[in-house]
Amino acid sequence: MGEQTMLKGDRAVAHSVLSAQPDVVSAYPITPQTGIVEKLSEMDANGDLRGQFLKVDSEFNAASSCIGASGAGARVFSATSSQGLKLMSEPLFTASGMRLPLVLAVANRSLSGPLSIWNDHTDAFAERDGGMIQFFAEDVQEAVDNILMAYRVAEDPEISLPALANLDGYILTHVKEPVEVPTEEETAEYLPKRDPHATLDPKDPKTMGAFARPEHWTETRFAVHDALLRSKETIGDAVEEFADQFGRDYGLEWGGLLETYGPEDAEIALLGLGSIVGTMRDVADDHPASVKVVKPRVIRPYPEEALREALAGVESVGVLTKEVSPGHQGTLAAELKSALYGSGHNPAIHSSVLGLAGRDVTKGDISDIIDEIVDATTAGPSTGVISEEDWPQLKRDMLPDEVTH
Amino acid sequence: MSSQDTAPPEPEISHDDDLFKPGHRACAGCGPALAMRYITEATGENTIISHATGCMEVVSSPYPESSWDVSWIHDVFANAPGVASGVEAAYRAFDEKEGFEEFEDHDDVNFVAIGGDGATFDIGMRSLSGMMERGHDVLYIAYDNEGYMNTGIQRSSSTPFGASTTTSPAGSESFGNDTQKKNMPAIAADHGCEYVATASIAYPTDFKRKIEKALEHDGAKYIQVSAPCMLGWDFDSAETVNVAKLAVQTGMQPLFEIVDGELSDVMSLSDRKPVEEYLETQGRFAHLFSKEGGDEVIEEIQEHIDEQAEELGLDR
Repeated sequence: MGEQTMLKGDRAVAHSVLSAQPDVVSAYPITPQTGIVEKLSEMDANGDLRGQFLKVDSEFNAASSCIGASGAGARVFSATSSQGLKLMSEPLFTASGMRLPLVLAVANRSLSGPLSIWNDHTDAFAERDGGMIQFFAEDVQEAVDNILMAYRVAEDPEISLPALANLDGYILTHVKEPVEVPTEEETAEYLPKRDPHATLDPKDPKTMGAFARPEHWTETRFAVHDALLRSKETIGDAVEEFADQFGRDYGLEWGGLLETYGPEDAEIALLGLGSIVGTMRDVADDHPASVKVVKPRVIRPYPEEALREALAGVESVGVLTKEVSPGHQGTLAAELKSALYGSGHNPAIHSSVLGLAGRDVTKGDISDIIDEIVDATTAGPSTGVISEEDWPQLKRDMLPDEVTH
Repeated sequence: MSSQDTAPPEPEISHDDDLFKPGHRACAGCGPALAMRYITEATGENTIISHATGCMEVVSSPYPESSWDVSWIHDVFANAPGVASGVEAAYRAFDEKEGFEEFEDHDDVNFVAIGGDGATFDIGMRSLSGMMERGHDVLYIAYDNEGYMNTGIQRSSSTPFGASTTTSPAGSESFGNDTQKKNMPAIAADHGCEYVATASIAYPTDFKRKIEKALEHDGAKYIQVSAPCMLGWDFDSAETVNVAKLAVQTGMQPLFEIVDGELSDVMSLSDRKPVEEYLETQGRFAHLFSKEGGDEVIEEIQEHIDEQAEELGLDR
């Protein structure tokens, strides 16, 4: 077992990547991801990273070179954040269609404008429909472990898709936590050498990325959809074997797709992604009401059945999202509603958009949300309409006149 | 120095493999399709091509068919050099690590990236710049048909001054495209590419010899091949090679090599033809002959060619 050491999140993630010995790392610096590629650069400079490290011109070409290398059969890695992820977006969408596994660490950060360098999940959700597996980490240890699980699932020949291992910018990248970093030997045992279906082999020519006409494109999209759905089982296996080897259990009870915390028969559930869940756990401990916490570990594939089961019996759910789909509502809340539709179980769902662009989410904020949910539960189900009430951290006095009229 | 009337030396091309298969969807008389054929003839089968989006990608890879009998990958419009960088880096990594014995040696594989002028001069310029700056062992070949011909007939920054396209149309207040063609070979040379050349599909032996020569160099290299588009330039499909030849003979498309940043060889002309002879073969320049003031534009084009010829020492 790897030793437990105090490490900053970005450095710890770099160590995890090193243990997987990627053949090609290609990256461009962006805050707050930079520490990951800085540490990998240092490892490369010291000969510890035995693959090729490409110091590329942009995130666009970081993703592009990862695609080329993955097509050649290589294990690849990149890291990014925010605008950088947007710049990667065009090639990333093709990586799923071409069924090329890539693993990216995404230090989540809001998207401009206005410019902000701080954390929320706008960047990850902007890639939601790209056909990528998306993991979220609650703490540094999970961020480290998700890298290895992401490789396991992404490179599984039956899945063969890009995977984003999300970790909250600053909150996890820049915090020091005690963490166990797997050694190269341990990772080699957990993560075998990649065994791709097809490679760009001059002896056995292949055409990759052919042009599809309407007769065929639908089926390629279905194949990506199908692979993502099937990846739930692969994630379950990856989490189970990870627990067997490393002793850390990431929601085995829920097929590795989510974790729950608190009383099984709680009336109220709080749902959140990433580092906010740690605070939610503390609040649930403190709160007199019967509250449980539900933490999806992935948003794609969407853990629909697991969420239904985990929320069975609750009267209301507070969905705390660090993202919003403007003109609609928090995507996590909207998707939960769609998961429960037709299930026969219709808890009130309260959407709260908070923690945007680094605004702190305190225990008090979460406690207030629970109080409101308790009141609303007794008053009847939520209308589900997103409004200023669903933005608990909104400072009304800062809004321009046309918003407040 | 060679000249148009002195046959270039016979290239040492040992492979005549038919690696760009017939049956593709290119127009009859397509200049770029000829370029693809010459490229694969020169690189041979131990080649991996990264291809940018464009007409040659679309006509050659309609699933479930493919014209490519070499390993070939297409990703998006702007990133063929970035993808090629990754492929090349992967093979380098395989060479240096244990456990990849099934892969060809890096040195035995020709890594080639291909893009049209839109992909090269415009949208993929950053990607190409990065590939050249990092010195990847990749030969980038721009097939230059002077416009976005895959999407219709729009201007690119390779479109010559005075050409009418659907986004730079000739009109009552316009003589067509109002910018000069971007000087990509100079940009490539300034990036430190060891080998840079221009070529033409009208001189296939010269083109293939340049590809072979380029592949002898480690690091990034750039070849730009003039490949007329009968549809976009509006000429009879039987005239492709003649139009390409006239481009060379008028100095509109000078053929030269830049090795280690120095102009090393120019296919010089003993009797450079006036540019009218080239312009009048194509519908895209027809307005210059029919519209008042067109002769002044032709004069401007001729002046530009003369300046370029002077710089290159094109005239014998």
